[in-house]
Amino acid sequence: MVQKQPKRTQRRETELAPVVLDERAQELKCALGIMLPQEYEGQLDAEVDMIVLTLPASSLREVSRLLKETSELRFDYLCSITVVDYEEIENRFEVIYHMVSFLNHYKLAVKISVSTECLVVPSVNDIWRSAGWFEREGHDLYGVVFDGNPDLSPLLLYEGFDGYPGRRSFPYHDYQEW
Amino acid sequence: MRTHQQQSEHADAIDLMINMGPQHPSTHGVFRLIIWVDGERVVRCEPHIGYLHRGSEKICESERYSQIITLFDRLDYVGNLNNELAFCLATEKIMAVEIPERAEYIRVILCELNRIASHMLFYGVYGLDAGAMTPMLYAFRERERVQELFETVTGARLMHNYIKIGGVKQDLPPDFDTRLSILLEQLKKGIEECDQLLSQNEMFLARTKGVGSISGPDAIDFGISGPSLRAAGVPEDVRVTDPYSIYDRFDFGIPVGSHGDCWDRFYVRVEEMRESIKIIEQAADEMPRGNISAPLRRIVRPPKGEVFVRTESPRGDLSVFLVSDGTDIPYRVKVRSPSFANLQALEYLLRDAYLADAVLILGSIDIIMGEVDR
Repeated sequence: MVQKQPKRTQRRETELAPVVLDERAQELKCALGIMLPQEYEGQLDAEVDMIVLTLPASSLREVSRLLKETSELRFDYLCSITVVDYEEIENRFEVIYHMVSFLNHYKLAVKISVSTECLVVPSVNDIWRSAGWFEREGHDLYGVVFDGNPDLSPLLLYEGFDGYPGRRSFPYHDYQEW
Repeated sequence: MRTHQQQSEHADAIDLMINMGPQHPSTHGVFRLIIWVDGERVVRCEPHIGYLHRGSEKICESERYSQIITLFDRLDYVGNLNNELAFCLATEKIMAVEIPERAEYIRVILCELNRIASHMLFYGVYGLDAGAMTPMLYAFRERERVQELFETVTGARLMHNYIKIGGVKQDLPPDFDTRLSILLEQLKKGIEECDQLLSQNEMFLARTKGVGSISGPDAIDFGISGPSLRAAGVPEDVRVTDPYSIYDRFDFGIPVGSHGDCWDRFYVRVEEMRESIKIIEQAADEMPRGNISAPLRRIVRPPKGEVFVRTESPRGDLSVFLVSDGTDIPYRVKVRSPSFANLQALEYLLRDAYLADAVLILGSIDIIMGEVDR
């Protein structure tokens, strides 16, 4: 049986979610403004209640180390790594690192964008050991290569699975394995 | 258990590779573990997951918001209500909806009851892992009482679909207060009974004390969360450090271990059940009357944006990352499941442990495969 994929219906005008930053987020914004090198100054943004830092892939490792090791920030807990596939735009994949500081109670999202031509992101496995499986999952479902991760073998899928099921182009319903 | 031998690099030793699972009674689901042993010691292990991968995150991208709650039920099938709450909180946050007080209290009471039921299951199954048959019977008796209350409130024993975006599905039954107070008395007695039965048992202590230790900084680095992290001495509970819903109104403690070994992980959960009862009692006392659901449209269309919500599920830090493009179907839903991250540390915990302890160490991090594989 082939099911039809439901249509996305939109409101006439789409508004943006309002940004409300609490005390901790304001404090983090100030701290990041001081701690980060000059060139990332303009990359700070906010989504709903979270500070978002957009980085080029090349400086991810350097900034990650800074975020983890500076005592004013101390992001020692990498919560998750998410890959989002924006089909239409040029830099199609967005890799989002959510991290939490247990000491200062900060939350931060670090974003990097990669295009389909160069799907390589530096691995942060040696900075946070929790990144190991998160990166493997991202490679498994989206085909993003995390350069430097020692083991990128299939995790959720089986050996020899063809395609990347996380991507938007992968069919929802009319995909049959057997 | 299937074993086969292969020649090791050392000429005089034979490395034994032992394959556990995917159908192994003590792996708590379909989980395969390959262990290389040198004599009795584990040299290396390789966890294989994905046998229960249903692509929940992918299905979320083709369902409406209210339909997704049922999918979240099926992630962690022991702490269902906590999972439903996580998704509803994320959607409500991005829509900036105010939830009626009564709904918040109902949610907290049911989620904490669910936490007790989940920890009771852990208690029983962990005793079974250690070779004690009786605790499981006691634990299931207590858990059954909670399930019975859930059945009267939500209409289902496991897949509740009770919490909805903007509140809860229906109001509590008229005799809920009396039922709850009877249940709490029974649970209090039950927890003490369970505690006395197993926690200080000499055999149990010998099996679990000092086994599978992990230090606090290591645990944080591995992304371990929840009771397993607190057992390692890190007082981190999302309900306290980053409160969601109305958890900041209640007075309760965070049980913390000191060694991060199997027994600490076990006992932190027993203590947590007592703290949960404190929360439920306070919430039941303060529960106001009024609406149970915010006035929302039946098909919700959140504004464009991204939201990340952390909650404390029975197993740890359950976070939901939601990307909305302004339509009635989410663009991307990412579930950061606690079991997935906790399981990652298994390789570290098992190194140099005895083969006989492997099952105990695996049991102590309390994984639910539905959540690991999603």
